[in-house]
Amino acid sequence: MSAVVEVEGLTRRFGSLAAVNDATFRVEQNQIYGLLGRNGAGKTTLMQLLTGQEFATAGSIRVFGENPVENAPVLQNTCFIKESQKYPEDFQPRHVFTSAAWFFPHWDADFAARLATEFRVPLTRKMKKLSRGQVSAVGVIVGLASRAPLTFFDEPYLGLDAVARQLFYDRLLEDFSEHPRSIILSTHLIDEVSNLLEHVLVIDEGRIIIDAPADDLRGSVTNVVGAASAVDAFIGTREVLHRDGIGGLASVTIGALSPAEQAAARTAGLELSPVSLQQLIIRRTSENTQTTENEMEKSA
Amino acid sequence: MDESRPIFLQIAEQIEGDIISGALGEETQVPSTNEFAAFLRVNPATAGKGVNLLVDEGILYKKRGIGMFVAEGARARLVAKRRDQFSTQYVRPLIEEAAKLGISADQLAELIRKEQSA
Repeated sequence: MSAVVEVEGLTRRFGSLAAVNDATFRVEQNQIYGLLGRNGAGKTTLMQLLTGQEFATAGSIRVFGENPVENAPVLQNTCFIKESQKYPEDFQPRHVFTSAAWFFPHWDADFAARLATEFRVPLTRKMKKLSRGQVSAVGVIVGLASRAPLTFFDEPYLGLDAVARQLFYDRLLEDFSEHPRSIILSTHLIDEVSNLLEHVLVIDEGRIIIDAPADDLRGSVTNVVGAASAVDAFIGTREVLHRDGIGGLASVTIGALSPAEQAAARTAGLELSPVSLQQLIIRRTSENTQTTENEMEKSA
Repeated sequence: MDESRPIFLQIAEQIEGDIISGALGEETQVPSTNEFAAFLRVNPATAGKGVNLLVDEGILYKKRGIGMFVAEGARARLVAKRRDQFSTQYVRPLIEEAAKLGISADQLAELIRKEQSA
């Protein structure tokens, strides 16, 4: 496989804060990545670094094999859709789409027009008069119709309703099938996108703590629920990611179980339940005290 | 989709189910990977992995430039495979639950007969 992004030991400091801290990862060609993490975890800074809008304090970035900073050939093939995109005064959506055609060599104007109809974007109203959701829709349309070989969506859907978000996912998958490219989707709505992702990067406090194929993460942890004594007997010395309890009942999150272990758990009267990608990420990023331990494991 | 298992396995099982039920007949063309991906709203690579699993097992086969077809004899093989798994997947959990509730083997057999004739 060939990588479109290669990052090594990347660090960006703002004073004493390391917004991105010693990150090393690759983005493979023609895959959909999820860049997930809590607010302030470093997602946006990381994407700004990859698109040459921020400067690294240390480490190296290669996008299409080159440094992205002020590199026109690289940036032409990169599209970054962000939540707070600013547009020139007096711009209307049709102006946004016309000028996008100048920046992006793979721009498909017919596709953009079709999407504008589907998302019900008024083409001749001023951008600043549009609703929050309509502004987001304009961004989503630019991101899709630009067909950039490396496309970033940073929380693209502030104000977009459920119908419009589903439309975005459907058109993204359809167009990705026809025109494969590398897509990095940063979002809080993990449950909504988890089936779209081929690879997952989780960043927490500036560090990449999970870098794994989505299918490997699915089923990598399990919830075991039952009488506390039976749960404790079953888990033994396994690492416990999370523990809840009420009265004599315990619910613990542990690593994957083999079919034989699952059978043993059921025989012991324990209930096993799946842990969604979203829950897994909450477990991995919510407990500061445990992060060092998890980082050591996951950064390998 | 069930969160606990890889999606590609679930896609393969869904196609297997359609072959067993006859919805996908032998020697008929199955939808393309991209069609599966769009319909199930999953990543095309994931759908492709599920389809390829069935190609590797000889359940589906590729006709170059045309698409993917259900192999002859696929249904009988899948039925045999599912029968092998029937006991562990369905009968054992049933017996375990029955034991918890104090239902004897005879009572369980009687219950099954009753449901079948209902």
